[in-house]
Amino acid sequence: MSHPLLIKNGRVLDPASGTDTLRDIAALDGVLVSPNALRGLSGVEEFDATGLVVCPGLIDLHVHLREPGRPDKETIETGSRAAAAGGFTTILAMPNTIPVTDSASTVAWIRQRAQEKACVHVLVCGCLSQGQKGEVLAPFASLKKAGVVALSDDGRCIQSAELMRRAFEHAHMVGLPILDHCQDESLTADGVMNEGYWSTVLGLHGWPAIAEEIMISRNAMLADLTRHRVHCQHVTTAGGARILREARSRGVPISGEICPHHIALTDAGLEGYDTNFKMNPPLRTQADADALVEAFREGVIDILASDHAPHCDFEKEVEFQEAPFGILGLETEAGLFLEHLHHRHGIPLMDIVRALTMNPAKLLQIPKGTLAEGAEADITVLDTETPWTVDKHQSASKSRNTPFHGQTLRGRAVATFVSGRKVWDLAGFYGE
Amino acid sequence: MSWKKKDLLDIRSLSVEEIGEVHAAARTFRDVIAREIKKVPALRGKTVVNLFAEPSTRTRISFDLAAKRLSADVVDFEASSSSFRKGETLIDTVRNLEALNAEFIILRHAAAGAAQFIAERLSAHVINAGDGAHEHPTQALLDTFTILQNRGRIAELRVLISGDILFSRVARSNIHALTKLGATVVLCGPATLLPDTFRELGVEISHDFEAELPKADVVYLLRIQHERQRAVYFPSIGEFVALFGLTSERFRLCKPDALIMHPGPINRGVELASELADGRNSVILEQVTNGLAVRMAVLYLLNGGQAPLEH
Repeated sequence: MSHPLLIKNGRVLDPASGTDTLRDIAALDGVLVSPNALRGLSGVEEFDATGLVVCPGLIDLHVHLREPGRPDKETIETGSRAAAAGGFTTILAMPNTIPVTDSASTVAWIRQRAQEKACVHVLVCGCLSQGQKGEVLAPFASLKKAGVVALSDDGRCIQSAELMRRAFEHAHMVGLPILDHCQDESLTADGVMNEGYWSTVLGLHGWPAIAEEIMISRNAMLADLTRHRVHCQHVTTAGGARILREARSRGVPISGEICPHHIALTDAGLEGYDTNFKMNPPLRTQADADALVEAFREGVIDILASDHAPHCDFEKEVEFQEAPFGILGLETEAGLFLEHLHHRHGIPLMDIVRALTMNPAKLLQIPKGTLAEGAEADITVLDTETPWTVDKHQSASKSRNTPFHGQTLRGRAVATFVSGRKVWDLAGFYGE
Repeated sequence: MSWKKKDLLDIRSLSVEEIGEVHAAARTFRDVIAREIKKVPALRGKTVVNLFAEPSTRTRISFDLAAKRLSADVVDFEASSSSFRKGETLIDTVRNLEALNAEFIILRHAAAGAAQFIAERLSAHVINAGDGAHEHPTQALLDTFTILQNRGRIAELRVLISGDILFSRVARSNIHALTKLGATVVLCGPATLLPDTFRELGVEISHDFEAELPKADVVYLLRIQHERQRAVYFPSIGEFVALFGLTSERFRLCKPDALIMHPGPINRGVELASELADGRNSVILEQVTNGLAVRMAVLYLLNGGQAPLEH
């Protein structure tokens, strides 16, 4: 059982209640309580948040933990530590594990492992199709019974419009949101980077924006038809944002997310063939990055996520076209969003926090992302101003594949509390 | 002598002066290879590895001869018989070669950026002999050398490059070399193999071959690279010939002194009529001879450009 917790003098930002005020936050027995409730109690752990922002524990609904299957890249334990060090108290594990998460038994294994090893809440996303093959639907109801909170074939995209329609219909009945990796694979065969000026110069096979936009369009139409909520993962193009804007303006139940690298970097970064700039979907142009920021400002895209994708050094240390897609995300995510959305584009902190707490919680239908009394005491403390320099060697992840090594960012998480207990602060991790 | 680069990876990062330096050295080596005794001691005691991870005959032989005429020890390393087949990574392979004191690695590889990738990780000199659809710098150096030899200048010439541009490293290297040297470059080919993004490289784009031929000082033909393409790019070879084949009939549209160039291998009767390949406007075999001199020049410059050229 944890000590009573008092976080003092912070600027409390709670989008769920619209709170933005200087006050104390308290937790008792892992639950948020009024600070008055701690009066007379002994052994209260205090955290001085003077000059800092206190917000609901951050939620990242797009994380690859690589376990089961590739514990040399990441484990549930190391991935959860990277999450804690990034300020995340809840993460959603993507199902492209080995075996893929398309059965109740694999879900149970992951949840058991998380119970034993993880220092943050690990939620499980199940597959949309059996074997992630896009041919036969996975058993949504038994996956839900086993504990999954969402469905996705992330990394793959169901190509058949018919199968995707049936997935929407079945998921609607079962009551699970769909998170889709939007990619028309017929347009991306051999593709390794954004199709455009830089793919022309570098002689690398292009991955056109329309490959993503065609699937976002399809998803908007299917969501409209079935009235089922679909969430488009890692939106990267101006066209994708435009399609979402149009669909949402008509009330279609569709949302999108932005990953930090798609606003912080562009395809010009590939000039040196550095495989740490290779991701799926690929880095796009500055015009796309600008359009994403504007879409976020307008609320067209209202969820932020990392697509944390660890890979071993030896896997990335190859010819560009051979390297796997993806980069680390959890520990740089808050800093990159604060730097690129808040400091550079003046987007209010409340909007950023909402997209990292309340909005993903609502999508996943979980009672999180709030500082309301009675809720589980998942709390993140942010220093939104102090510059710090990314050092991949200090990462809690097992992998080191980040293009942000050496970059200075303004803002980061400085303490992470899970169920009322401090699991991490700048001094390190805290065990049971 | 101002050559500073450890490697020759691309044309895009070369200055006009560096290109001129290669050309000047190549002129010297043109004379050397015309002598009775064609060998000079410039690279004596040095080891050159010809690492061809993609099939090639002419480029490999050209580099092989160039290194031998500079008195280097040459090791041929071909993909078909190599450790690649046993799953060794490229970087492990080249680190092994460097451990055997290879001073020069000439790399042909299907992956764009492969030469830069190994060059950044080795102290050996790396020469890119073609990396995927990226660049083939010695080809552009020998092509511009050949144009210079025939025309005395490149500035203000209009060079028409026709064929499969999208997948062509030769086109990219030549675009950079020719535009740096002041030529007007016009790209011509099927829309599927010539996306508009090429305009951003400072060239003109056309899909009307016959309209371009009368204006061109040089007609540079590229073959359709079947092995790189899936069927979706073009309906048939016949359709390509109908639109972009340089037939004898179309050749009549050309300026009388237009140069016909081709990096080889030629598909006779496809992009180029057989009689034109052997005709008096063709400098295709000159390109091959110049290739030897240019590759000697590149090896010589990368080695420091100081060694003697006489026995």
